[in-house]
Order: sequence, then structure tokens, then C-alpha cells
Amino acid sequence: MSKTQQAPGGVRSKGLADYLNDENVRAVIYQIVAIGLVILAGWYLVSNTLDNLERQNISTGFGFLDLEASFGISESMIDYTPKSNYATALIVGLLNTVKVAFLGIVLCTIIGTIFGIARLSSNWIVRKLATVYVETFRNIPVLLQLFFWYAIIPGAFPAARNALQPIPDVLMTNRGIYVPVPVADNAYEFMGIAAILAFVIIYFMKKWADKRLDATGQPFPVFWASIGIFVGLVLVAYLAGGAPTAMDIPKLKGFNIQGGYNISPEFLAVLIGLTVYTSTYVAEVVRSGIQAVPSGQWEAADSLGLKRSVSLRKIILPQSMRVAIPPLTNQYLNLTKNSSLAVAVGYPDLVSVSNTTMNQTGQAIEAISIYMAVYLGLSLITSLFMNWFNKKMALVER
Amino acid sequence: MATSTQLPPGPSGTVSRRAITWVHKNLFNSWFNSILTLLAVAFVAWIVPPIFEWAFVNATLTPTIEACRAVSGACWGFVNANLRLILFGVYPYSEQWRPLLAMIILLGVIVASLASVKYPRLQKFVLPMWVLGIPAIAILMWGGMLGLTYVQNSSWGGLPLTLILSTIGIVFAFPLGLLLALGRQSDMPAIKTISVVYIEVIRGVPLITVLFMASVMFPLFLPEGVSIDKLLRAQIGIILFTAAYLAEVFRGGLQAVPRGQFEAGDSLGLSYWQSMRLIILPQALRLVIPPTVNSFISMFKDTTLVVIIGLFDLLGAVKLALRSDPAWTKYYVEGYAFAAAIFFLICYSMARYSAYLEKELRKGERR
Repeated sequence: MSKTQQAPGGVRSKGLADYLNDENVRAVIYQIVAIGLVILAGWYLVSNTLDNLERQNISTGFGFLDLEASFGISESMIDYTPKSNYATALIVGLLNTVKVAFLGIVLCTIIGTIFGIARLSSNWIVRKLATVYVETFRNIPVLLQLFFWYAIIPGAFPAARNALQPIPDVLMTNRGIYVPVPVADNAYEFMGIAAILAFVIIYFMKKWADKRLDATGQPFPVFWASIGIFVGLVLVAYLAGGAPTAMDIPKLKGFNIQGGYNISPEFLAVLIGLTVYTSTYVAEVVRSGIQAVPSGQWEAADSLGLKRSVSLRKIILPQSMRVAIPPLTNQYLNLTKNSSLAVAVGYPDLVSVSNTTMNQTGQAIEAISIYMAVYLGLSLITSLFMNWFNKKMALVER
Repeated sequence: MATSTQLPPGPSGTVSRRAITWVHKNLFNSWFNSILTLLAVAFVAWIVPPIFEWAFVNATLTPTIEACRAVSGACWGFVNANLRLILFGVYPYSEQWRPLLAMIILLGVIVASLASVKYPRLQKFVLPMWVLGIPAIAILMWGGMLGLTYVQNSSWGGLPLTLILSTIGIVFAFPLGLLLALGRQSDMPAIKTISVVYIEVIRGVPLITVLFMASVMFPLFLPEGVSIDKLLRAQIGIILFTAAYLAEVFRGGLQAVPRGQFEAGDSLGLSYWQSMRLIILPQALRLVIPPTVNSFISMFKDTTLVVIIGLFDLLGAVKLALRSDPAWTKYYVEGYAFAAAIFFLICYSMARYSAYLEKELRKGERR
């Protein structure tokens, strides 16, 4: 190397060493070596795996998805019995993952925003309480928190026979919380359609209101109007559907509770654990987002005579969103990924169901690649959506 | 917020008067805040005394089940009776001074490395300390030489295991992450693609799936007859996972180094590696010390996930202690609280340190 460096210029024929010192040639060589290493490692792993599988008589491929699963899943959003096939079982797991992740994201955003704002409160005691909450729950591993909630929830409520009834027909037992649900009826489908219709109308109303605000400066109470449209339409659909009142009410029968909708301790533990843990991160994101808004904005709002709550809602928070959305996206992704810890407390999420599948069929590679692919896909969809949202919210410079 | 005018403490202001001013300004400056204050005080009065009574007043430290049954509060006796099981797992009882010593060495090396940011004189000792420290820890933990009995690593557990997994994780993830970050910034499309795919795939999946892959799929990857034990597989999983996150931290640092610095390196005729080593990386890494500490915190917490693949780190050892005797099983709150306290102590001090560093490093930039 030092030899070739001694002859930087000069007229002499190019030797091999010069070629090796040429940046472009070197780049090509590096890349060929890198690709070669990746292919070699891949080939080595694949050939070993194929050998091992052949020796252990495990067939490869996704044929097992059609086989009967023959294991029960404690909670499912779709029809599932042990007679269903593995593919259905995996879909049940996926839906359970999506359910807990979606609710967790909604709740941790709300709670995190409240605590993030509270940490900036002018009220000393509120500020300190919020700080204690954030610092405590973010410095304790989330898995420990899940174990804790899962240990405490069944113990906190009595057995089915002595179920607590905080509200009539809501039963709290060590097997979870039972809530009444309406018996299926056509009217609920009408209500669903009405809700979608309401969202479409609200979307166009918002566009119209924005346009009018830009053109004439007259504000339109979009928020209240939206609520009115939504509630009104859904109510009309409910009445038009015959206003069904039949409810599936949970009742004690024998030693167990029948009917109603069961919110299991496993689900509660995962939801509470993930929400509390992630909300501390969301609180920090919100706080730094608000602090990133120049204090001149507060002063401008003050000088316009706006109330502090109005300036926070209309001036500060929308601007802080720009700073907050990318890290917020990361937290949503973290929550979704952390929901895989559900396997530790026995909530039948995707990983848990896949692991059962893997143990029964021996199809380790297929099961693991399925959930890895699903999480990758979920991550990708979330970040695409948030990037779109981010772009929409970003400052448009003129 | 920024507009608040600070009243100068006048000579006439007595202590009690200043206290009243403070209370008025911080607790009752508007009707909304007054309500909040009352609610918050009520909340504290509702939640703190029962917890205090449970944890201290009605609690017992006596390590017997009878003493625990006799009190209405916390049974710290459970922790007391199982302390060594919780802290060291099933490591042979008479040899537990070895993991203790290993842990002390490890903590010493970590603290010295962190302190070297503030005290540059320590900097030249950092690398030698690690080079000597890691083999010393390995010898202490494994034994089998220098008159120490051999302890296979399936008996390792508790806090030392947590510390070792996370420290070795970051020590090895550091160079890998650095390479990946450089690869991602590279002009060479093939190398860039390999790095980007690796980083994004690993960051897109949960750690637990990487651990399952390490524990279930990894044995299939190896040729017949070759096997790597579970602990090492978990460690490899943690390294591969952390590297992807560190790579993004380092990328941030590399992006923050002004272009002129790269050009300066080129104009001096330095090679890529020379200018990286001498000019770019020292600046880039210095910039990302706080987020690197944060990565370390999250990986320290994530280490608990090895419980799921059947290793007994601190959290796993607590679960083990809870199961060791059915009589103890109902004292899970005490067990988890103890583990939580240890994790909190370590993570919180690291977080404070990271915040302090951030301030300290910014001080250097302001001139």
C-alpha cells in the first residue's frame, strides 16, 4: 500500500497495484466480496438447514397450514374451534395482536399526551406527579410490568361465584371482566354503514369549512357539527333498524359465567402493561414537541388575548405535532412489536399461536418466518401511514 | 411560561411570606390550577399512605413464612430468604463470590468508561480495562482454571447474567453497528443495500422473534454435530438485534458531521479508513454518546426477554424463587417490586447520566 502511494503522478504504465488503488476498481471489488460473502453465508446456512431437516424427516413448505390445528385458543374475534386449520389459528393470533396493539396505541396516545402536558404544567405538584409516573414506568422493563399486572389482576377480583358488580350487568372476576353485548341484529349493520357515511360527510364538511375559513375568515364549529352528524346518523339508523334492545347479559351459571363479552386477564395485563410503558415514552415525545415550539408563539397567542387552553389546542399542539410525529411513529411501532411479549402471559397473540403451531408441527422455519414477515408488514404499513400523515402535517413553506 | 416575572426576594420578605408567594405562584395561580392541586393532593393522600404502610409499617424482613403470614403488609422476608437465588440464580452456592466479583469488575469497568467522557485522563485506560476485564469475568464465571471449579453457563443466572448479556451485547454490537452505519452511508450500491436490508428487517421485528430464531432456528443452521449452547445463542441474538439499532444511532452522528470535515480528510490525501478513524468517527461518536447510552438502557431492559426462552436472568431468577416453594408463591408483588427496584436504580441512574452528558456536551459547543 505504501509503495503505490509514493508514486502519485508520473508517466508510467499502470500496473496491477495501480488498478487496486483506483477507487472505482476497489469499490467494485469490495462489493463483489460483500455479495459473495452474503451468498456464501446464505448457501452455507440453507444447505445445513436442508441437511438437518432431511435427517430429522421434517418436510418443508406451507402445506401444514391446511391441517387441523386441534388446539384451543382462549379468545378469538372470529369463529375458531380446534377443528379449524392452522391458517385460521394464525389469523386468530394476528387479529388478537392487532386488537391489543390498536387499543394500546389509542390509549397510550391519550394518556401520554396528558402526562406530557402535565410535565410542563405551572402547577408544581401536578408536574412532580407526572415526572414520577414517567420516570418510574419507563425505567422498569416492560416484561416485568406485564408479569406484575398479570399476577395482580386475577388476584384483585373474586372468583366467579362472588363476582363484583361495579355497574349492573358488568361482572368482575378472576377470569376477567364480563360486559353485556347487544345480540346480533340487522340494525347494527345499518349503524355501521351510517357511521361510514357520517365519516364521508364529515370529511367533505371539513374541506368546505377550511375553504370558507380561508376565503371569508369565518370559522365553522367543525368539531361539534361532526359529533352531531355522527350521532344523528347512527341514531337514525338504529331507529330505522327497529331499535333492538336485546342484550347478551353475562350470568352466573354453575361455577362459571355464561354470556356477555369476556375481557380476559391476559388481555388486560398486556393492554395495561403496554399502554403504561409506552405512554411514558409518548409523554416525553409530547413534552419535547411542545418545548420545541418557540416561546414567541405562546406570547403571540397571549397578545391576541387567547385563553391558555385555546392557545395550547389551536396554536401550540398543532405545531408541536410536526416535531412529535416521527418519534411518535417509532413508539407506535415499539408498542406493536412489544405486543409479542403477550406470549409470556399466555395471551394468544400471533407469536403465541405460531409457537404452539411450531411445537405441534415442527415447522419452525415456516412459523418463525410467518410472524417475522407479519411484523415487518405491520411496521411497514404503520410507517407508511405515519409518513403520509407527517407529510400532510409538515410545514408548507411558500 | 417564559413570561413569568420573578419577584426579587425583597429584604422585607420573611421565609413564611416567601413560602406563601411560592404556594400561590406554583399551586393556586388560577381556579383551574387550584382544582388540579386539590385533586392531586387528594390523590397523593389516597395512594401514598396505604403503600407506605404496606411496604414499611406492616411489613416484615424476617425470612420465614410464618413471620410473613403474621403480618398484613409486605413480606420482604421472601426477598430476604431468597436473596442469593434471586441475585445469582442457580450458580453453585459456595462459588457465588465469583459472579459477585465478576459483577463488581464489570460495573467498575462500565463506570470508569462512562466517567472517561468527563475525565479525559481516564480515556487511555478504557480499552485496556475492557481487554483485561472481559477475560477476567469469563474466567471467574466459567472457572475450570486457576483452581476454580468449572461452572457450565446453563447454571449462570440472576443479576450477573443480566449485566453480562447486556454488556457483551453492546460491546460486540458497537463495531457491527458502526460497520452497518458506514455501509448505509456508503456510495457502493451493493454494500448499501445489504446494510439497509439488514437494519430495516431487524428493526422491523420484535426482539422476541429474534430470540426465538436464535433459540429454535439457529440449531438448524449449523452442520451436524456442531451445537452452540442456549446462552450463547441468546447472546448472538441480542448482539444482532442491538447492532441494527446502534447503526441508526451512528448514522445520526455521521449525518451531523459537516461535509467540510469529509472534504478536509480527502484534501489531506487520507484514505477512507484513515479519515474515518482520525477525523469523522471521533466527532460523530462524540455527538451520539447520549443516544448510545439510551440504547444501552433499552437493551438492558430488553435483556429480561431471555426469560421467555428459558434463561434465568434477574427477572427469571425472581420467578424461579417464587416457584421454589409453593408457600412463597403469593408474595409475587414483593419479588417483582424488588427486581423492579434494581432495574429502576440502574436504568434511572443511566438515564440521569445521559441527560447530564447531553447538557455537558452542549456546553462545549456553546462558545
